[in-house]
Amino acid sequence: MPDNHTYPGQERFVAAADDVVVGAIDAVDQDAEPTGFWKTAWLQLKVRPLFWVCVALLALILLIVLFPSVFAFGKDPHYATLERSMLPVSGEHWFGTDMQGHDIYARTIYGARASVIVGVLTTAAVVVIGGLLGATAGFFGGWLDSLIARLSDVFFGVPLMLAAVVVMQMVTSRTVYSVVLVLAIFSWPQIARIARSAAISIRNEEYIDASKSLGASKVRTLFTHVIPNCLGPVIVVATVALGVFIVTEATLSYLGIGLPESSISWGMDIASGQPRLREGSPILFFPAGALALTVLTFMMLGDVLSDALDPKARKR
Amino acid sequence: MARYLLSRLGQLVIVFFGATLLIYALVFLVPADPIAALGGDRKLPPEIVEGLRAQYHLDQPFLVQYWYYIKGVFSLDFGTSFSGQPVWDVMKRAFPVTVNLALIALAVETILGIFFGVLAGLKKGKLFDTSILFVSLIIIAVPIFVLGFVAQFVFGIKLEWFPVTVGGNLDFYHLLLPGIVLGLVSFAYVVRLTRSQVSQNLTADYVRTATAKGLPRSRVVLVHVLRNSLIPVVTFLGADIGALMGGALVTEGIFNIPGVGGTIYQAIIRGEAATVVSFVTVLIVIYLICNVVVDLLYAALDPRIRYA
Repeated sequence: MPDNHTYPGQERFVAAADDVVVGAIDAVDQDAEPTGFWKTAWLQLKVRPLFWVCVALLALILLIVLFPSVFAFGKDPHYATLERSMLPVSGEHWFGTDMQGHDIYARTIYGARASVIVGVLTTAAVVVIGGLLGATAGFFGGWLDSLIARLSDVFFGVPLMLAAVVVMQMVTSRTVYSVVLVLAIFSWPQIARIARSAAISIRNEEYIDASKSLGASKVRTLFTHVIPNCLGPVIVVATVALGVFIVTEATLSYLGIGLPESSISWGMDIASGQPRLREGSPILFFPAGALALTVLTFMMLGDVLSDALDPKARKR
Repeated sequence: MARYLLSRLGQLVIVFFGATLLIYALVFLVPADPIAALGGDRKLPPEIVEGLRAQYHLDQPFLVQYWYYIKGVFSLDFGTSFSGQPVWDVMKRAFPVTVNLALIALAVETILGIFFGVLAGLKKGKLFDTSILFVSLIIIAVPIFVLGFVAQFVFGIKLEWFPVTVGGNLDFYHLLLPGIVLGLVSFAYVVRLTRSQVSQNLTADYVRTATAKGLPRSRVVLVHVLRNSLIPVVTFLGADIGALMGGALVTEGIFNIPGVGGTIYQAIIRGEAATVVSFVTVLIVIYLICNVVVDLLYAALDPRIRYA
């Protein structure tokens, strides 16, 4: 029996247990679909118009990369005749022609392939190398962490553009793969740092303890639990990095030390259109515009994804 | 603090040797015979090839060659360029030009970047903010060489506000347009960074406290919000000085500026590998030193950070 003695104004009203809805609030809906990280992200993304704009642009770019001949309407980007050298924009040649008489429209369409291949391959390489090393460093810690940290410091100490210039100007037989290799070698630390900090915050989660107590080896825990849960922030940074790789490739090609002369690349076409700008011919804007739109698509996608996939951004 | 400084310098030394070794190894691994290239189409007699190999230490193992290279760097002996000038003399002429250019770029990105970034951060989600974000994305997406010669065409050739190329005139007026172009990309990053910091800090508890105790909005923003928002921006700007010197490569090529970037640009076109490697080594050193200074600056700016 509680003390009934209350002073005026101190009366408390306590509702009977049956009258409150607490039970209903606490009840677990057993039939509800499970929600996870990716599902929440998808629910957030699918209501954003900008996400769908990016997806549409991305689909268009992919189609152009896969089936350039369809979009070029049968025009041959390699066919050149001096009869039609430096023609202005017309119904026949939508973007005009260059010095050798190439159709610029066809070259702009076909140029997408080289840029996107370099971007995608470099990003894939960087995500695999950087993701693995970073997650390993963060999860295991100790001397392995220090070793990988020092190693990434060394590669980070060389600005990407400078490193690419130094190495590429020495390569005599340049291919798409040499460009990819050089870009990947010098940019994996960026991803490694992101993956490392994600792995450190994951290391103390309960599901990692659960995995350990179930007897899973450290390596198994790393691959089945740590790495999948690091992917969110890694994907965000990788999407933006993809755009940066495309710009860097174009800059190298513009300097004449990127893709081989035989390939069709926006960077080289911009370089060949540059002197004609002074005569008032806008042909360089077509490959430049295509390049900018492609890069912009990936950067915007990175922006949108960061709101949905980056746990730090999500909290806000 | 002193202990932190020492360990940070130790780290700098490791990274310096690691980075130069990396660059040197990559250049070394590329299959090219510099001696054969000297002879052109005609084959050099074997005894001359032997002599040249010995003279340039090409007959030594890799690490010995690297040792000679590092020794050269520390005694400021970078060899000679194809035109017979010592590379060090070329550097002494080129670096002051690029430092001036980088300072103009830094001023542009600092002043404009922080100004627009703060405005956008205060009006987050409004039309002004969205347009600033969009413009900065476009600046990042368009390669700097396109920005460069569009600026050259519009402001140099059409409007005649600025000289088209720089050449030998290295005064402020001639370097202004290339400096703005060089600073543009970093400007876009500074705007985005400042914006996100300001909009984040506006919701902080200390801002509410400052407002609650009756401070005018201008003081809250300029003193409380700005001061805390600028810490990451300052560190970005510091690290950017080193990056700008490398980024000058394309800009100096377009505007024909005889600076570091212009020299590397010309050396690439002429195939002077030794000059390129030497210049890049010095740029890496500058970049690394900038990074250390930034780390120390961070400690000075943010009293919450303590280095034991």
